[in-house]
Amino acid sequence: MSSDQFQTGRLTQFRELLERSDAALVLTAMAAFYLLFLGVGAILNYDVAGLISILGQVTFFTAVYALIVLALNLHWGYAGLFNIGIAGFMAVGVYTMAMLTAPPTGSPPGLGLPIAVGIVGGMLAAALVGLVTALPALRLRADYLAIVTVAISEIIRLTYNSPAFSTFTLPGGIALGTGGASGIGNFPSNPVRAIYYVDPSSAASGTTPIGAAVFGFFEAVFGVVRSAVIVDLTYGLVLAVVVFLVYTLLARVGNSPFGRVLKAIREDEVVAKSLGKDTNRFKIKTFMLGCALMGLAGVLWQGFGTGAVYPQAFRPELTFYIFIAVIIGGAGSNTGSVLGGAVFANLLFLLPQYLPTMIEQTFSIQANPNNFIAAVGPIAAGEIAPLLGYILNQRLPALRFVFVGVLLVYLMQNRPEGLLGHRTETAAAVDLSEGHTPGGQTGTDLTAPDEGGVDNE
Amino acid sequence: MELYARGQQLLRDQPGLVVVAVAAMLLVGDLFGKLLGGGLTAARFGGFVWDGLVIGLLIGLAGIGLSLTYSILGFANFAHGDYISWGAFSGWAVAYLLAGIDRYAAGGLLLIGAGDGPAPGDVGVSITNTPGSILAGLVVAVGFTIGVSLLVDRLVYRPIREADGITLLIASIGVAFVLRYLIVFFFYSGRQGVTDISRVPSYDIGGVVINAHELTIVAIALALMVGVHLLLQRSKLGKAMRAMADNRDLAQVTGIPVEGVIRTTWILGGGLAGAAGYLVVLTQGTIAYDLGWLLLLLIFAAVIMGGIGSVYGAIVGGLVIGLASRLSLIWLTGDLSSFAEPVAFGLMIFVLLFRPEGIFGGVSTA
Repeated sequence: MSSDQFQTGRLTQFRELLERSDAALVLTAMAAFYLLFLGVGAILNYDVAGLISILGQVTFFTAVYALIVLALNLHWGYAGLFNIGIAGFMAVGVYTMAMLTAPPTGSPPGLGLPIAVGIVGGMLAAALVGLVTALPALRLRADYLAIVTVAISEIIRLTYNSPAFSTFTLPGGIALGTGGASGIGNFPSNPVRAIYYVDPSSAASGTTPIGAAVFGFFEAVFGVVRSAVIVDLTYGLVLAVVVFLVYTLLARVGNSPFGRVLKAIREDEVVAKSLGKDTNRFKIKTFMLGCALMGLAGVLWQGFGTGAVYPQAFRPELTFYIFIAVIIGGAGSNTGSVLGGAVFANLLFLLPQYLPTMIEQTFSIQANPNNFIAAVGPIAAGEIAPLLGYILNQRLPALRFVFVGVLLVYLMQNRPEGLLGHRTETAAAVDLSEGHTPGGQTGTDLTAPDEGGVDNE
Repeated sequence: MELYARGQQLLRDQPGLVVVAVAAMLLVGDLFGKLLGGGLTAARFGGFVWDGLVIGLLIGLAGIGLSLTYSILGFANFAHGDYISWGAFSGWAVAYLLAGIDRYAAGGLLLIGAGDGPAPGDVGVSITNTPGSILAGLVVAVGFTIGVSLLVDRLVYRPIREADGITLLIASIGVAFVLRYLIVFFFYSGRQGVTDISRVPSYDIGGVVINAHELTIVAIALALMVGVHLLLQRSKLGKAMRAMADNRDLAQVTGIPVEGVIRTTWILGGGLAGAAGYLVVLTQGTIAYDLGWLLLLLIFAAVIMGGIGSVYGAIVGGLVIGLASRLSLIWLTGDLSSFAEPVAFGLMIFVLLFRPEGIFGGVSTA
């Protein structure tokens, strides 16, 4: 009996910890996802290298989604800017990086600058395109802004896709190119590889002392000889650090006087204006910062994560994925953004890729009809296997989109504030509400005029 | 002097508009230069205009529904493109079935050649070869899309009728995903040929080649537009729609059956979207699950240009967008021809920035 009580007591304590501490919440969620995918790997009989690979994927996709969702949350959750051109800003970031760093002799030719210059350049370019978009577009109504941003993102994609700029010459005689529809694949490889390999672009070039030590350790302890999975996992962990840094940056921005004005704009722009704030300037700055982060996310995800960049990767579907992740997490909360990104990346993006193999292995479905009629025809004869085979082998990606759409409609109808509940962050740096309870909603905190002594405008 | 002062005022108030106007005048001047100087033959110019008219009529047709739902329900329906796609697939499935049922199994025909289904050349669908199946397909496209839009309204939009525009917009993105990928589920994800282009007769009119499918499109689109015009003019529907777009609560207390008008709006908009999707395949000759989505931004451009809520504005906007995207090819030659679509998007952005109420000054004609 007493051990039961003890356990319930521990559970309650744990729940209180989750409600109080965002870090604990995120860590618990990640632990759950790691366990889930270790289970997936176990069902599929993966060896240790396979398990490390799957953990690397979980880390990578969680991190990149968290990063881009944080950036979008700055636009939508903080400043209320309904930007659905995310894919375009990501494309600008990664394409600028690739064009700056690709070797001048390659095809398409680049400028051959160092990677760091490429990353910063990519972020600056995305911020600049953001400025060009924001200057006129922010005067528009929210739904017009949505249409303008999605149109701009398509213009960007079609421009990169166009053969006209596949290779072109700058006025100074310097050749440069976007590669047209086939994109750019010759920019420097992932900088994390430089930790392990003498020549980052080739795994056969020999290992650095760190590489030898780490690979040797994994080989001795786990018998893992595929060094690529360790490199990927390392990159995932580096990205996790980047997410932490961006989160900290955004948390600081959110708690600064600047962030308080943003939250005021989101709640009631007229009030913010009548308090003497130049709301348009705030919005433009926020839009540029968010776009720079989107550019960074593009570089880290579609650039170094994929190893090559194609215009087709930046179709508007990508934007809507990210929106769904924000909505799952609940707009306006940075922790919610990270969680929403993690939930989307793991449960809606990664898991469905493993599902067909898992189900087939468990139930051994061989049927693989290539059209719908051939799949449903045999049902009349009591055979359901062809339909299952059709769904699993042919149409699971399509059904995933259908599910995502249904989820979006469900959320809008029932929980427009997000799956994880309303997590309005206090506008004031310290909690001002009386009798504040952990996780409870705080009411009268949004503009906090008596707190606004040191505004930066 | 008066004129000079007004010009100065305009330059100060709307510098962007002046820049756009100057650029437009330069382009028109250059166009005449090209036509007179022989850089552009009249036949080629006529070909661009004809292509622009055909696609513009279809954009306008699809735009009517988007414009009406935008003004009456107060949100930008991002699923409208996928109503268009469903119109195309449902209609062509039936057109294929009727055209080839005497020679092929019904399954492959209904799926428009999915899997190992019959090839378009073998089925031989074209307006001169199988006019009956083409018309039957059009009727089904209209009917089916009306059904889809009413069902979606009942399940998705009606429960959140009072929500704000952005919530409805996001819900419509969800609907778009569901509809688009259900097409992939039942049919296929690639682009596939549908009509038998070899059997479509074409006529040479003063150097401009016009084929029978394009003539069919123009005839049907114009007939549908006149039908909508008569419907809105002869019944009280147009007035009720305008009243609702203005103030839904006020319309309701005045005795306008609000839900009934909304249903009629969906019937009108969905049916026209289905017809437009079906006809788009007739001009392109191919069908793809995302054909409506690819058109959606152009349709938005047309609707915004014509002024949201205006039926005639949507038609004129569609023609402007269609003509602009095709006439831009006069200047965008070679590799640059891939910028025809960005030009149309750019036009829309300009209209939104300098005249967000539409080029007709926001006159709502419903």
